[in-house]
Amino acid sequence: MGVLDQISRRLGQAPVNVSRRGFLAGSGALVLATALPLRPVRGQETAAEAPAVEAFLELRPDGTALLRSPFIEGGQGIFTAMAQIVGEELDLAPENFSVEIAPAGGPFGIMGGYRLTGGSMSTRTGYPVMRQLGAAARAMLVEAAAQEWGVDASELVTEPGVVVHEGSGRRAAYGDLAAAAMDLPVPAEPALKDPADFRWIGSALPRMDVRAKSTGRQTYAIDVEVEGMLLAALRHAPRLGLTPAAVTNRTEIEAMRGVHSVQMLDGAVAVVAEKFWQARRAIDAAEIDWTEGEAQWPMPADFSSAGFRDTLASATGEVVEVEAAGDAAGTLEAAETVIEATYDAPYVAHGQLEPPSATARFNEDGTLDLWMPCQAPEMFVGAAAAAAGLEASQITLHQQVLGGFFGRHFLYATANPFPQAIALAKAVGRPVKLIWTREEDFLRDAPRPLGLARFRGAVGPDGPTALQVEVVGEGPTQRWYQAPPGQDPSATEGISGKTYAIANTHIGQIFHANPAVIGYWRAVGHSMHDFMYEGFLDELAQAGGLDPFEMRLSMLSGSERHRTLLERVGEISGGWTPGPFEAEDGTTRARGVAMASPFGSEAAVIAEVSVDGGEVRVHQVWVALDPGQVVNPSTVEAQVQSAVALGTSQTLVEELVYENGEPTARNFDMYPILRPDQMPQVHTAIVESGAPMGGVGEPGLPAVGPAIVNAVATLTGQRIRSLPLSKHDFG
Amino acid sequence: MQLNINGATHDVDVAPDTPLLWVIREELGLTGTKYGCGIAQCGACTVMIDGVATRSCVTPADSVSGLEIKTIETVEDTEVGRRVVEAWVENEVAQCGYCQSGQVLAATALLSDIPTPTDADIDGAMTNLCRCGTYNKIRAALRSVSEA
Ligand code: FES
Ligand code: FES
Repeated sequence: MGVLDQISRRLGQAPVNVSRRGFLAGSGALVLATALPLRPVRGQETAAEAPAVEAFLELRPDGTALLRSPFIEGGQGIFTAMAQIVGEELDLAPENFSVEIAPAGGPFGIMGGYRLTGGSMSTRTGYPVMRQLGAAARAMLVEAAAQEWGVDASELVTEPGVVVHEGSGRRAAYGDLAAAAMDLPVPAEPALKDPADFRWIGSALPRMDVRAKSTGRQTYAIDVEVEGMLLAALRHAPRLGLTPAAVTNRTEIEAMRGVHSVQMLDGAVAVVAEKFWQARRAIDAAEIDWTEGEAQWPMPADFSSAGFRDTLASATGEVVEVEAAGDAAGTLEAAETVIEATYDAPYVAHGQLEPPSATARFNEDGTLDLWMPCQAPEMFVGAAAAAAGLEASQITLHQQVLGGFFGRHFLYATANPFPQAIALAKAVGRPVKLIWTREEDFLRDAPRPLGLARFRGAVGPDGPTALQVEVVGEGPTQRWYQAPPGQDPSATEGISGKTYAIANTHIGQIFHANPAVIGYWRAVGHSMHDFMYEGFLDELAQAGGLDPFEMRLSMLSGSERHRTLLERVGEISGGWTPGPFEAEDGTTRARGVAMASPFGSEAAVIAEVSVDGGEVRVHQVWVALDPGQVVNPSTVEAQVQSAVALGTSQTLVEELVYENGEPTARNFDMYPILRPDQMPQVHTAIVESGAPMGGVGEPGLPAVGPAIVNAVATLTGQRIRSLPLSKHDFG
Repeated sequence: MQLNINGATHDVDVAPDTPLLWVIREELGLTGTKYGCGIAQCGACTVMIDGVATRSCVTPADSVSGLEIKTIETVEDTEVGRRVVEAWVENEVAQCGYCQSGQVLAATALLSDIPTPTDADIDGAMTNLCRCGTYNKIRAALRSVSEA
């Protein structure tokens, strides 16, 4: 059973009125939570120890609302979207909301007792809960007014922020009704609005955070200031599995200006100082002897990404079936035109612009406060409790707005700084803010796994007749959540889960453990597998003498949704014209097409490229995205821009290379990311097919790479099966 | 050492080669200026020094003593800066926002120097990285100021 099933089982839980509970009683605010029970009470934990603040929504006497978002803001606009959804049903303009991140625990685990910000899940999972929440609050305000005026609630309507009795012209502001509404029962099934009447859902409301983020006022984990804190910088062992034996110049280091102490950690040495720069300077000067130690995933000293790619290319072993239809092997055997190819994609780093940090403070009563970036608060609290030797209930997590994430801030054992911050705060008896330098972030990031797939396909005059794929490797969901091979979408998605009709198909996974500490990177498996599949699909078209666009259309005859989308991207690009053709500026260009079905949404992409001085240049990218339905089109458009940027970046230039067990790049000098002058123009068409709401943050990404690579093949005749393009010469 | 930051003179007691970035963040407590890479690659740490966009992470504090240093916190003190911020808000440029202090200052420095820049001027001046990929919106916002 997938995460989505679990979620849908949980949805529909009614909100409860907690106005009179806990410290919020007496504030005069209508306070609503959901009726979702708190996580099962564990061990000696009692209800009294459950998180004190458990409200989603507080409607204040001044008519404003505080909304606690289960999902963290990291640039995707989720706080604004949540306010739009609640505001719609509550009938309160989203600008009257302030939104903050909901604390760990309590009723906020709306994904089935837990929640995380990722998987492009936030809006689609939040949508039904937030609508119900807003509708319940509105119904209670209406009822409060009805009782006060002695009329029937059915006679009342609302305007934004006001209950109105049209018969008598009486009006009452929400703020004035909040106190009375507090004492009312929460309606179990409040009526939801007809989407045709939506005022805010579906409109391009401005993001709430843009001014703070244009003036330097938005703060992040790295900016956290705690009274009395010390700052720490550290150096990790060059490979996981090594640990510090000695700091040979320790006395010297400890005598450096501002230095409080040198601290030996598991697999790292830290310097704690008055200021971060002092700590940084001191750790840079440290001479450290490393020795073999313990690690769950020790990195072999001779590990190289190039060698690992070859290992995967020749790996044999059980092929665990992921998808099968017809008789792929038999059809391939009998077919006239059969082609084979191996595709691979490299490790890629998250490269979120804010380096990781964590601040830890032990309080006098033994409890612990933590400030950090995090995409999964309940899991982080659990891990922090284990690291600190405390109960989860003794930990207060202050989640900070993320300076980019793209999957960087999930729980990845060695990739998160907070266990070290906890150890340091404990060791020095003062609050400590630990900042990882960019170099340490590259060293201990949990990159997207290097991936590889072996394709065999047959094509006839009408298109592909058989496809056999072996995806070799390990996905992050197996690593972190024990999904077995064949049942780990992250290991195959983008090769599995495609929509094209190929009568005979066999998709399998050969598990091969990845020595690196791997993680989720924007669009996860899709970020590389769609490149492989869609590239091979173009190879099949070429082998069959078919046009790649027309061939895809005919393979989608069974799905109106996909055909529409592909046709739409063709239209917005001015009609499918693969080229090569001469552009106005005299360059010779070509276009490529690709599709993807990521995270509940559908995408079709056309990219236009030229080659300039041996390098590929991406001029324009057209994206038709169908997320079913949309809450905020301008946020969706921004997410498409962002997804195209990252998709173009990884296709053109990104590759985390390992040699001798270490990444060769430790900063953006050796690991380039997309520069402003490499950014293509992006043209987006949002298609609302009315299908169940899908994701938005990631789905724009996966088809970008293959569209570029397919365009390059048309332009140059070179079929690229290994990313990034920058390692190939197009001179 | 004395530093002139945002129009005021500050006495700071730091090692002379301390990067200006960390003086601004840690001695003055102005956290709008961001650390992204520390090696002049990303531009998150951009400040204006005598009007020129400068990467403060590789600028030793003692090298700018006596010069006029301006950080994001006072960008709206000038007409150009105010218009740039408004354009950034209007165009909803920011996503995570982490790079945007630097982007806003780079744009302000450019437009203060060249009110109607060519594409080549923009390419030359707007080199800060944005991992969220807001580049097209940055350019649109910048253009909306220069063409206003
Ligand atoms: S932090 Fe200065 S350029 Fe990146
Ligand atoms: S807005 Fe996130 S790095 Fe630029």
